[in-house]
Amino acid sequence: MSSLLEVKDLRAMYGQTTALHGVSFALEEGGITTLLGANGAGKTTTLRSVCNMVRTEGEISFAGARIEKMATEEIVRLGVAHVPEGRGTFVNLTVEENLKLGSYTRKNRAEVAREMDRVFDYFPRLKERIQQQAGTLSGGEQQMLAISRALMLKPRLMLLDEPSFGLAPLVVQEIFRIMRRINQEEKVSMLLVEQNAALALDLADHAYVLETGRVVMSGLAEEVKNDEGIRRSYLGY
Amino acid sequence: MDFVVQQITSGLAEGAIYASVALALVMIFTATEHLNFAQGEMAMFSTYIAWTLINAGVPYWIAFVITVLVSFVGGVAIQFAVLRPLARAPVLAYVIVFIGLLVIFNSMAGWIWSYVLKEFPSPFKAFSTGSTLIGSHQLGVIAVTLIVLTALYLFFRFTPLGLAMRAAAQNPISAKLVGVRVGWMLALGWGLAAGIGAIAGMMVAPIVFLDPNMMAGILLYGFASALLGGISNPAGAVLGGFIFGVLQNVPTIVERWLGTNVIGNELKLTFALVVVVAVLTFKPSGLFGQVRIKRV
Repeated sequence: MSSLLEVKDLRAMYGQTTALHGVSFALEEGGITTLLGANGAGKTTTLRSVCNMVRTEGEISFAGARIEKMATEEIVRLGVAHVPEGRGTFVNLTVEENLKLGSYTRKNRAEVAREMDRVFDYFPRLKERIQQQAGTLSGGEQQMLAISRALMLKPRLMLLDEPSFGLAPLVVQEIFRIMRRINQEEKVSMLLVEQNAALALDLADHAYVLETGRVVMSGLAEEVKNDEGIRRSYLGY
Repeated sequence: MDFVVQQITSGLAEGAIYASVALALVMIFTATEHLNFAQGEMAMFSTYIAWTLINAGVPYWIAFVITVLVSFVGGVAIQFAVLRPLARAPVLAYVIVFIGLLVIFNSMAGWIWSYVLKEFPSPFKAFSTGSTLIGSHQLGVIAVTLIVLTALYLFFRFTPLGLAMRAAAQNPISAKLVGVRVGWMLALGWGLAAGIGAIAGMMVAPIVFLDPNMMAGILLYGFASALLGGISNPAGAVLGGFIFGVLQNVPTIVERWLGTNVIGNELKLTFALVVVVAVLTFKPSGLFGQVRIKRV
């Protein structure tokens, strides 16, 4: 089985500071891979690197093509949907306009309309709020909107940056349940960054643990979850 | 009473021009938070292009359309060639570039077309309003401004491209993440601003005569209008333009009523500017502008 996303010896720099020191990982088509680690380990930077939002060195391949030199907009157009840290909501636009922007790169209007119905099927609450300004939504609803906006792209790969951040546990459970459905029903591969390791390992099939910009451990999510040593040293639960 | 109506309508007509200039400024400001000081000179240069075409025998409205299109392309080209390389430059670098563009356009116009005042035709002279209250050109200017405004509103509100431009202005990073080519959106914004400016120039030239310094004052008043209405809000900036236009005629009305002549014609714009400063003192974001809240 070939990898959908393959990252080799990735280094990322913020000015003079190096945030990643040669990270390598691969993600299988249809799978959910999670990147775990403490604050500052380089999880978000890794996601941002895939979309070329930071300065990087190394190789990144998506669906067999090298993308590390491509502009963010062009990588998105290949079918990589990034749900960024902080959700990236267009706060002054309506929910509907946010969703329409998600499908900006797609030309087939009938398909887009169908997609919007699917999104409302996953997140009925957004339909009730369709004309509301997105900035007035609750945190949970904004996270739902961010995931929906990404779905509107009809992506092959979703990059999810801490979807649980700042949300009530019940809302988090709901969102993770829907993410699993999306992965199964839409055949979207996911690269998930999470602080909440237990939650992420339940959803993912593969896991990589990062520490100060390096991969220190990787394997099947099941194995990582059951390895008490890793759990204690890196995941803190 | 007639006098009051007359003063108000002529104020609205002048206000329409300030409104167009304000709109051009806002177009670039909302996307980049920069004030294009060269906006007025770009408009003046466009007007010379129109003048050349009309003098070469091109019918007015065809010359009008060609000028707007050429200006649009010119605006896109300037953003592409001059501003894109500055993407990460500090604010002062932009200020210098804008002033540089201002001087370049001004002296180029003088060099090509000389500094001699030129008469510029009004397309509205042909039909009469049949009224002493408002001239045909004044009415035409107001109509053109309202048409431009409506067209822009429809474009930004209802087309995917308009939505993408708003998204790119509000949140460029998220816009990139949905595949919007943000660099192009900025260039389009410059094109629109240049096009709107060209229209403002062609509307004002029949009133003030065409010369390379034609827009100097108007840019200032357009800027004041934008601030008065709220520079973050296109509709507010346009309203600001109309309010500013009427405001400058208020002293004339009051003085006529009182039978004195203190402010007179010379200071009427000063009066309007003083009012703008007073309003901004109490409402820094302008009458209809959004208050900027920054999280700390």
